[in-house]
Amino acid sequence: MTLLDDFLIRAALAGIGVALAAAPLGCFVVWRRMAYFGDATAHASILGVALALSFDVSVFAGVLATALAMATTVSALAGRGYAMDTLLGVLAHSSLAFGLVAVSFLQGVRIDLMAYLFGDILAVGRADLAVIWGGAVLVLALLWWRWSALLTATLNPDLAHAAGIDPRREQMVLTIALALVVAVAIKVVGVLLIAAMLLIPAAAARPFATTPERMAVIAGLLGILAATGGLQLAFVLDTPAGPSIVCLAAGLFAASSLTGLMLQRRRR
Amino acid sequence: MTSLISLDGLTVAHGGNTVLSGVSLSIAPGEIVTVVGPNGSGKSTLLRSVIGAQKPARGTVTRTPGLRIGYVPQKLHIDPTLPLTVRRFLSLPDRVSDARATEALQQAGAGDLAARQMSGLSGGQFQRVLLARALLCNPQLLILDEATQGLDQPGSAAFYQRIEKVRQELGCAVLMVSHELHVVMAASDRVICLNGHVCCEGAPEHVASAPEYRALFGTGTQGALALYRHEHNHSHDHGCTHDHGHQHEAAE
Repeated sequence: MTLLDDFLIRAALAGIGVALAAAPLGCFVVWRRMAYFGDATAHASILGVALALSFDVSVFAGVLATALAMATTVSALAGRGYAMDTLLGVLAHSSLAFGLVAVSFLQGVRIDLMAYLFGDILAVGRADLAVIWGGAVLVLALLWWRWSALLTATLNPDLAHAAGIDPRREQMVLTIALALVVAVAIKVVGVLLIAAMLLIPAAAARPFATTPERMAVIAGLLGILAATGGLQLAFVLDTPAGPSIVCLAAGLFAASSLTGLMLQRRRR
Repeated sequence: MTSLISLDGLTVAHGGNTVLSGVSLSIAPGEIVTVVGPNGSGKSTLLRSVIGAQKPARGTVTRTPGLRIGYVPQKLHIDPTLPLTVRRFLSLPDRVSDARATEALQQAGAGDLAARQMSGLSGGQFQRVLLARALLCNPQLLILDEATQGLDQPGSAAFYQRIEKVRQELGCAVLMVSHELHVVMAASDRVICLNGHVCCEGAPEHVASAPEYRALFGTGTQGALALYRHEHNHSHDHGCTHDHGHQHEAAE
C-alpha cells in the first residue's frame, strides 16, 4: 500500500494542485476585473461535460474545449454593442442551461450531476490526480513564461504595444490558462465554485502583498490552506468537500480584510 | 538627415468614422514636435498609430529599424487591487538593474520614489515615474500623450521644462500631444496643428500666427515664460497694461 492509496491523501493533493494553479491566475482575474469572465467560462463547462459523455470522450477534453470556445466567443464579441457584463450574463447562464438540458438527453448513463456542479474531490483517482497536476503544471509554466508580458498588458494595453507586446495575445494566454484551470478544477470544486477558487485566495492575499509576485505566492499559500483545511473540515463535520473548501477560503478572506483594515488604520 | 519615423498618407477609422485622413509627417532625430488640436481631432490616435497600437486603414507608418521608443501614456489607471512598487513597475516588461532604475528615476526627478506603491502616488509623482520608465530604454524617440493631464499649471510647466532638459541630456526626439499649447509651444521646435488632418505645421511662432490655428484656438499665446510672467503680474502688479486678458483666457 502506497501513500496514494488513501483517498484523503489523493483528495488533498488534488486540492493543492488546483489551489496552486488557481492562485496566480486568480490574481490576474482580480487585477483585470475578469471575475465574471471566469464564472462564465466555468459555467459553460457543464455543456462540455454533457458533450464529452455523449460523444464518449474524456470529460477533461470536453470541458477544455467548451471552456476555450466560451472564452474565445466572449473575447470576440466583446465591444460589439453589448456591455461585457451583459454579454457574460447571457452566455454564462444560457450555456449552463443548455448544458443541463443536454445532460438530461443522455440515455443509459445516469450521471451524477451534483458531482459536476459541486465537485467530488473524495472520488479523485490516480488518473484524475495525474490530469490535475499535469494541468496545474502546464498553467504555472504558461504563466511563468508570459509573466512580464501579462503584467504589462494588464497595466495598460498601449504601454504593452509600445514595448512590442500584443495585448490580445496575452489575453489569449490568460484565456487558455483559464480554460485549463476550469477543466482541472471541475472534479475538485465543481462548475459552480471554480470562480471562488480563483478569486477568493487572490483577494485575500491583496492586503499583505507589495508586489504582484508576492500576491501570487500568498494567494497560493492561502489556497493550499483552504483546500487542505476545508477537506479536514468536511471530514470532521461530514459536509460536502468542495463547498467546505470555499467556506474556509471565504473565512480567510474575511480575516484578511479585517487585518488589512486594521493595518491601514495603524499606518494613518 | 534620415527621419526616425515617417507617416505617409495615414488614414485611421474607428467603426466607420474617419478620425485621421491623409496625415503625413516625419520626425527627425533630436527635435521636439508638439501636436496640438481640439478634442476629438485625432491627436491620441496619431500617437497610437506611431507606437503601433492602431492599425491604419490606409497609408503607411515607417520606422527606422530598431527604433527605441519611450512612451508616456496619457493616463494610466493602476487598479488598487494590483500591488506594485515603483521599482517593480520599472522592471516591466524587462528587468532593469537597480543602478539603471535609480538613474532613470533621477533623470525624471523621481529619485526618492522607488519604494513607494504606484497607487499611492500623487498625479505629479506618477507622471515623473512614467517618464522615468520611458527613459529606461534610452529612447531615440520619447512620446508623450497629454502627459500633464491633471497637473496644475506650475506643475505641468515644470514637467515640460524637465522634458526639455531630458532631451538635452539624451539627445532624443520628442513627440508630444498637449492641450496646454502655451506651456508646450515655447519648448517645441515644430508644432503640428491637427484637426483630423494636418491644418498647419512649422515653427511655433509660425503656427501661432497661422489663420488655421487661430480659427481653432483664438489668439494670444507667448509660451511658458509668458505664463509665469502673467501669473506674477496678476498677483503683484495690477497696474500693467499689456495684453492681459487674452493670456489669461488662453491659460485657462
